[in-house]
This record gives sequence, structure tokens and C-alpha cells, in this order.
Amino acid sequence: MAGVIAPPIGRNSRGVTVFRDLVSRPSGAIGLALVIFHILLALTSPYLVPFDYKLQNSSMMLTGPDNVHWLGADHLGRDVFSRTLMGGREALLVTGVATPLAVIWGGFIGILFGLVGGRLDEVLMRVVDAFLSLPWILKMLVLIVTFGTGVEVLIPTLAFFYGIPVIRIARAATHDVIARDFVWAAKARGHGRISIIWRELLPNVLDTLMVEGAMRWSWMLLAFSSLSFLGFGVSPPTPDWGLMISDARGFMSFAPWGVIGPVIALSSLIIGINLTADALAKALGIDRAQKAPM
Amino acid sequence: MLLMLIRRVLLGLVTVCLVSLIIFAGVEILPGDACTQYLGEYQADEDLLEQCRKDLDLNRPAIDRFSEWAGGAVTGDLGLAVDGQTKISTIVGDRLKNSLLLALCAMIVGVPLALLLGVITGLWRDRLPDLIASTLAIFAMTIPEFVSATLLILIFSIWLGWLPGIVLTSAGAPASEFFPEILLPVIVLSLVMCAHIMRMVRSSVIEVMASDYVQMATLKGVPYWQMVFRHALPNALLPAINVVALTIAWLLGGVVVIEVVFNYPGLGRLMIDSISDRDLPVVQSIALIVASVYVCVNLAADLLTMLANPKLRTMYTRK
Repeated sequence: MAGVIAPPIGRNSRGVTVFRDLVSRPSGAIGLALVIFHILLALTSPYLVPFDYKLQNSSMMLTGPDNVHWLGADHLGRDVFSRTLMGGREALLVTGVATPLAVIWGGFIGILFGLVGGRLDEVLMRVVDAFLSLPWILKMLVLIVTFGTGVEVLIPTLAFFYGIPVIRIARAATHDVIARDFVWAAKARGHGRISIIWRELLPNVLDTLMVEGAMRWSWMLLAFSSLSFLGFGVSPPTPDWGLMISDARGFMSFAPWGVIGPVIALSSLIIGINLTADALAKALGIDRAQKAPM
Repeated sequence: MLLMLIRRVLLGLVTVCLVSLIIFAGVEILPGDACTQYLGEYQADEDLLEQCRKDLDLNRPAIDRFSEWAGGAVTGDLGLAVDGQTKISTIVGDRLKNSLLLALCAMIVGVPLALLLGVITGLWRDRLPDLIASTLAIFAMTIPEFVSATLLILIFSIWLGWLPGIVLTSAGAPASEFFPEILLPVIVLSLVMCAHIMRMVRSSVIEVMASDYVQMATLKGVPYWQMVFRHALPNALLPAINVVALTIAWLLGGVVVIEVVFNYPGLGRLMIDSISDRDLPVVQSIALIVASVYVCVNLAADLLTMLANPKLRTMYTRK
């Protein structure tokens, strides 16, 4: 794997090889296709939808699917198909910004403390343990209930809490690399810490961080839609799959179409991300199944 | 060995102490306190607030209150809820019991199934049973719990009418009254945990089957199944202990969504309700309980793994 630091050109061509490997695996190809499809859909759906997502029509509350309204209407008479198409936008926006943030700050702190070591590192790891032992939903809900449910609260909250486990992963990966000769060589050449992190450690820890980021993304999406489902995420009338499922659940016995559209959309996106993460891990030579589920 | 044990237990204790500090500090830092909540944010004037804070002893320094709270928690006294009358230990006690019941049922179904499937898929890697089980596992793991729960309610209680889709039993009822209402939540939970444990077991079976000593046993002419059961599986199943531990911790603290979907009166729903009501003393207590369970279960798993694995047992003494 990334045993030696490759020169800049080699790095690029390695990216291409990894990408080819990723796409050549069935799971990678399907997963990537699903993810790209959802991203494109999120970008273009406002121009594609046949009806306004917030247009209420009391005469057709909970009517079934027909030629005009392909997935029927919800309890307020809104077109379920249009809302399903647009239901991933908020989720992708929030998790799409929060995931890189989480990986960057968690990765940076993890590498730094992995390199520095000593007492400070010990203390930090205990704090990380303490944070990880609290249920995720409790930590987040306390912040959200206090500061509100807007995007400007959700992004930093998710990024903060999902960065904490990244610290651990990045630190462990750093420990694997740090004993190698080229780090000693860099130290002997008199490079400073920042330079060692940037030029020696980061390129070698990057593989792990990328896979970690892909996995975090799917978990964050899960968390986000669960929050929406519980009523702590997106605020109505913005369409969101979690919220739509939560709304339509009560009418499920006679109007199941309200649930099925968002269920398929949300599941396909999360499965797509997971398949991609799996294939990426295999393409980079990191086995994902060995890691603990949290 | 003994030193290692003590060190590990002490680390666990430190973590619990840190958690309690974080919980307490978190609640202190957040805007608003029990009094602004109790009196309502609009009608409370300064005099009333001041009086209330005096009554509840909120004006003392945070350190004092922390040591009192933490000291009480050690002896099982969690203090009073925000209404100033109900004892938190009674509210939380029932819910904890219900959560334990749910977790226990899910484990009885999920863990044996996961071990069995993990071994089967590991031994027959990339063959049909493996492909089917692994694909299903990805679905079970990745689809949000409220989605699978909703689908199962739709299929089993609405379309087929086999199982009740919602729990109507009250929190204080004895365990036996939760059947059969508890079955659907148990199925959803065991699906998720089964998938996680199965994947772990599968990869460790594959790893062990490729190891030198298994090859050695095969070369010595040990019959296949004897080799699998005597040599491979005991080693392959060890890492499962840790995953099972993490799952238990998750079952007790993180199943909020499922409890809400099924209206199950467990800790998770109490947590959400008290966060919405901003009943911070209850939130603190739940957080402390869940975090302690997490630390204890992980500690137990580490110790079990150490005891069961001769390599780990001697690793520290040799150093």
C-alpha cells in the first residue's frame, strides 16, 4: 500500500489506478452510480419536479398514485413524487459540508497528537473515550434543542461530534506510520513538526482518512435523517425523506405510497455510499469489516 | 497480568469521571437553567427567578453542586426531576428495566444467529450463501432503523396483521406484559446487530482459516470439521466479544429511534422526552447511566478477551 511516499506525479497516477479499481468492482460501480445520481438529482431537482413541493391541495389529500401524481399525495395534498425528488437536498448539503469538516479537524488533531504523544496524548484519548461513551443522539439533541434546528447549527454540530472518532482512527494510523524510517529521516534532516505532518504523515494516513470519511458520511446521513424523523432536523415545509416518512407513517395503513417513495430514495443513497466506501477500502487495501461498528 | 487488569479498571473509572464532568459542564455552559425552564421563559421576572434559584440551591458554586451530584449518583441517589417532586431514580429505574428487557431479547435472537451466519459465510466465502447473507447484511446495516421499522410495521402488522405494530403497555408494567408487542422492535434491533456481528465474525473466520496453524493442522491430516471446531473457531470468535459488547452498549443507549417508532417505554424515549422538556437533571442521569454501561461493558469485553486469549494474557507479563 502506501508504504513509501510517492512523488507528486506518482500520486496522481495512483489516484487513477485506485479509481479504475474502484469502478471495476461491481459494488463500487453500482455504489458510485447511485451516489452520483443522487448528487445530480439534488442539484437539478428544483427544475425537474412536476409540481411545487409546498403546493397544498385539500381536494386530493392522501389520494393514491395516478398518471398525474405518480406517487400520490400526502396528508396535506402535496405531490409525493416532487417532494421525494427534492427530499435529499438538505441532507446532502448538510452532510456534504459536515463530513469533510469532521475528517479535517479530527484527522488533524489525531495526527498531531499521534506525533506528539506523551501525557497530553493520554489525556486527550481519555476525553475522546468519554465523549464516545455518550450516545450520539443525546449529545446532538442537547445542542440542537438549545440552539435551534437550522443548517447553521446542524453542520457544526455534526462536524464536531463526528470528528471525534476520526481522531482515534487518525492517531492509530499515525502510530503505524511514525515508526517508519522515512519519518526518522525527516526528523534527522531537521524538519519541523508541521512539515513532517504535511509531507510525511499526511500522504500515508490519507488512505485511511478517505475510507473513514466515506463511512462517516453514511453514518452522518443516517444521523441526519433520524434527527429529521424525530422532528429535530429539517423544518417543514422543506421536503426531507426522514420527515416525510415520519409524517406519512400515521396514514400508512390506508396510504402506504407516502412512505414508499422516501424509503426507497433514502435507502438507495445510503446503500450507494456504503457500497462505494466498501469498494474504496478494498481498492486502497484497507479492510473495513475489521473495524468496530461505532 | 494483575497490573494490567488494575490499569484497565482504573482507566475505565477515569473515563466515567470525565464523562460526569463533561455532562455537568455541558449543562452548566448551555444557556438557561432549571429555573428559566420551570417558570417559563416569558413570565418569569427577575425576582421570581432569584427566589427559585435560591430554593433549588442553584446559586452555590458549580464545584459544590457537582460534587454533591456526583456523590449522590455513586450511592444511587440521582436527585429530583425538574418538577422538584419526582425522584429521578424511580422514573429512570422502570425505563432502564424495559431497555434491559429489549436488549436482552434482541441479543438472545441476534447473537447466536450472527455467530452462525458469520461462521457459515466465512467458511463458504464468496459462494452463494455468503453472497446472499452478506448482501442482506449490508442492507440491514445501512438502512436507517426507522425505515426498516416502518417497512416491517407496514408488512407484518398492517398488511399481514400478524404482530402488533405499537407498544401500548405502560412503563411500570411487569416484563411479561410486553409480549407480543415487543416482538417487532426486537426483530428490527436483532437484524441490525446481527448484521454488524456477522460481518465481523465472517472476516475473522476468513483470516483465521488462512493462518499458518490452520494450514499446519490441515497438512497434519486433521479432519476438516475437527480442525474448524477445535482450531479455527475458538480463535475466530474471540474478536466477536468486543463487537457484542459495543452492541450491548448501543442497545441500551442508542436505540432512541426504534423506541420512538414503536412507542416503547425505554430509556431512549425518556431521554428524548426529557431533552424536549429540557428536564436537564433527568438528561444528566440518563447520560451518566448510559456512559457507565458503555464503559463497563467494554471493560468486561476487554477482560474476557484477555482471559480467553493466551497470547494477550502473556503479552504484558513478557514485557
